Amino acid sequence: MAGTDGSDEFVVFDQVQKSYDGETLVVKNLNLSIAQGEFLTMLGPSGSGKTTCLMMLAGFETSTHGEIRLAGKPINNIPPHKRGIGMVFQNYALFPHMTVAENLAFPLQVRKMSKAVTRDKVSKALDMVQMGEFGDRRPSQLSGGQQQRVALARALVFEPQLVLMDEPLGALDKQLREHMQYEIKHIHERLGVTVVYVTHDQSEALTMSDRIAVFDDGVIQQLAPPAVLYEKPENAFVASFIGENNKLRANIDSVSNGVASVTIDSGDKVQALAVNCGDTGNTMLSIRPERVLLSADAPNRLDGKVLELIYLGDHIRCRMAVAGHDEFIVKVPNSSDHAALNVGESCPIGWVTEDCRALDAA
Amino acid sequence: MTDASYQPDTTRGSLTDASGALLAADGTPLKKKLRQALAVSRRRAFLLVAPLLLFILASFAIPILLLLVQGVKDNTFSSIMPETTSVLREWDSNSEPTEEMAAAVVMDLINAKKISRSLPTKVGTRVNREVSGAISLFKKTTRKAPKMKAPFLAELHKADKKWKDPAYWKAMKIASKTITPAYYAAAVDKKYLADGSFADQPEDRQIYVSLFVKTILVSGGVMLACVLLGFPVAYLLSHLPSRQANLLMILVLLPFWTSLLVRTTAWIAMLQSAGVLNDIFVWIGITSDDQRFSLIYNMTGTIIAMTHILLPFMILPIYSVMKAIPPSHVRAAKSLGATNWTAFWRVYFPATIPGIGAGGLLVFILAIGYYITPALVGGQDGQLISNFIAYHMQKSLNWSLAAALGGILLVLVLILYWLYDKIVGIDNMKLG
Repeated sequence: MAGTDGSDEFVVFDQVQKSYDGETLVVKNLNLSIAQGEFLTMLGPSGSGKTTCLMMLAGFETSTHGEIRLAGKPINNIPPHKRGIGMVFQNYALFPHMTVAENLAFPLQVRKMSKAVTRDKVSKALDMVQMGEFGDRRPSQLSGGQQQRVALARALVFEPQLVLMDEPLGALDKQLREHMQYEIKHIHERLGVTVVYVTHDQSEALTMSDRIAVFDDGVIQQLAPPAVLYEKPENAFVASFIGENNKLRANIDSVSNGVASVTIDSGDKVQALAVNCGDTGNTMLSIRPERVLLSADAPNRLDGKVLELIYLGDHIRCRMAVAGHDEFIVKVPNSSDHAALNVGESCPIGWVTEDCRALDAA
Repeated sequence: MTDASYQPDTTRGSLTDASGALLAADGTPLKKKLRQALAVSRRRAFLLVAPLLLFILASFAIPILLLLVQGVKDNTFSSIMPETTSVLREWDSNSEPTEEMAAAVVMDLINAKKISRSLPTKVGTRVNREVSGAISLFKKTTRKAPKMKAPFLAELHKADKKWKDPAYWKAMKIASKTITPAYYAAAVDKKYLADGSFADQPEDRQIYVSLFVKTILVSGGVMLACVLLGFPVAYLLSHLPSRQANLLMILVLLPFWTSLLVRTTAWIAMLQSAGVLNDIFVWIGITSDDQRFSLIYNMTGTIIAMTHILLPFMILPIYSVMKAIPPSHVRAAKSLGATNWTAFWRVYFPATIPGIGAGGLLVFILAIGYYITPALVGGQDGQLISNFIAYHMQKSLNWSLAAALGGILLVLVLILYWLYDKIVGIDNMKLG
């Protein structure tokens, strides 16, 4: 991972706050360090403050409090055009009255580069995104995916150290979006630029990022690599926002060696990994649908009843009633030896203690 | 379901005829079928616009066509003096007037007088446009004509010695032509001569060319003033929150909602030499009391008033274009390293050109035919070409000259439109 190469503090948000109306904080006390060459994604629902953070970094919004540093220098008072940060916008923001090549030449012209250098860099950047033959076209003559590539090339052509992307794939259809995710990821790996990427699409975030900062309510809920975020969510919001999750309310009986013994609302006693739950009181048990075991001899056994079966090809999605909870989802792999499930039948479920996390009772 | 019950149909593709054109399922050509299918909706669309189409035809297209014809057609003389017209057609306009011509004139005048007493005067008025003194000549001759006997040429000379002057005969020859370029010639300060050539009008009667030039210059000036004043307002409008923008929009549209007379009175109160503006100038010492600016009843007044009225026509198209420019474009330019000015000039401003073009064309075309405002506040030298058209329609009753002037104005506008299409492209225009 690129974040370990020593220059850990390329971009720093230091106690940054932002308010638009003086009454509510859109961003609450943000502290975040981004390493050089890292691909960091800000993920969160709309209104969580992620785009505001990006705009403050780009210089289009000013922070109400705190300091933002780029390569060690505070940039609060530097206007956007002097920050040298490339940016890709949600709707590409290509200039419609210029050709593709002129769009790419724009950042080089304002930097007063010579014509020869400009032409050279433009054609290299276009080749990088496989758009070499489209230099003379107008943006309106290109498809969405092609415009996206041009926008990407334009943000990279002046060789910025940092590139910001504000939901750049939001307007593309699903297939193209997935294809572009890989393309952006590969370009990032090849050029080694630092990327700060904003999205509300978790699969996009999981695919591309070195680290993901999950935003909610103006606060980073968790900052971790994708695998950690999925496997080890630290609170109930992250657990439910990233991937699918079964949630069971419970009361803590005791905690020892990081394992919490709890009583579920239905009265069953089970065990779970104590993560973010304190020693007593309420907790929220969180377990992934694919980690639920359908077997009578599993630990932490509970009784379940099959309510609905949906055939999804590679797996079968099974909705069950467990401990008085009707939305308990189990993903059963479509293998030859999977137990034949039938709607209305009872079926014991369970889980390995490490797979179930006792989180804050949000 | 067995496998046999579902088989992909490979025998029937799309049908084609011998030439390869597609056929519909029943064998008729697909294009014909499509036309039939669309015919109903096309008929309905036509019926919907038919009333407006008829109205425009009757009240706009046909009158304009008639007016344009009026500019080249004048049968006053030829219908009242048919004999003279046919005899004059043979005359080479250089030789001496013949007895035959004189006889025709006398006969025609007698016949015309029998139909109506006013007819000979009409002829006199028509000839008088070519050479002055013709009205009295025709009156006098008509009075004496019934008593004349052959030889008529000598009788005419006896009745009025002006008949000895070939100029009057030449004028009659010019007037006798039904289809004549005389009015268009007059509209560009030329004189159409009896032998078919053109000559310059005398210097003191050359007014129309300079008037056209003046009209174009004033229209251009008004357009420029509207761009300079309107662009910042449109920018402000498009960047304000909608509540404040609506309020400001009402102010912009206010000139449309005030009566013309109220506006004119307001201008007089503001602009006259004892008016508010001049009082302020004197008070802050820009000018002295005995040297007040004359801001109304001259060209200055015309330009100020026209700019005021036409400003909304500039602001609205620019505003609607600016509204549609995504704010991310300017942000993108700045993130790419452009200063505020560069971002504005190279990214924002080019995007507003369709609006400026539309507003400019609109204002210019409206200004070039503006009549009321110059008539009210223009005084003596603030008059434009349309005021002279109106003068010829209402006062001098020279409708043909008015039509010729109007025709030239129309051609000017069409040329402008064509130029605009060449330079900016008419499909780039956004009117709102």
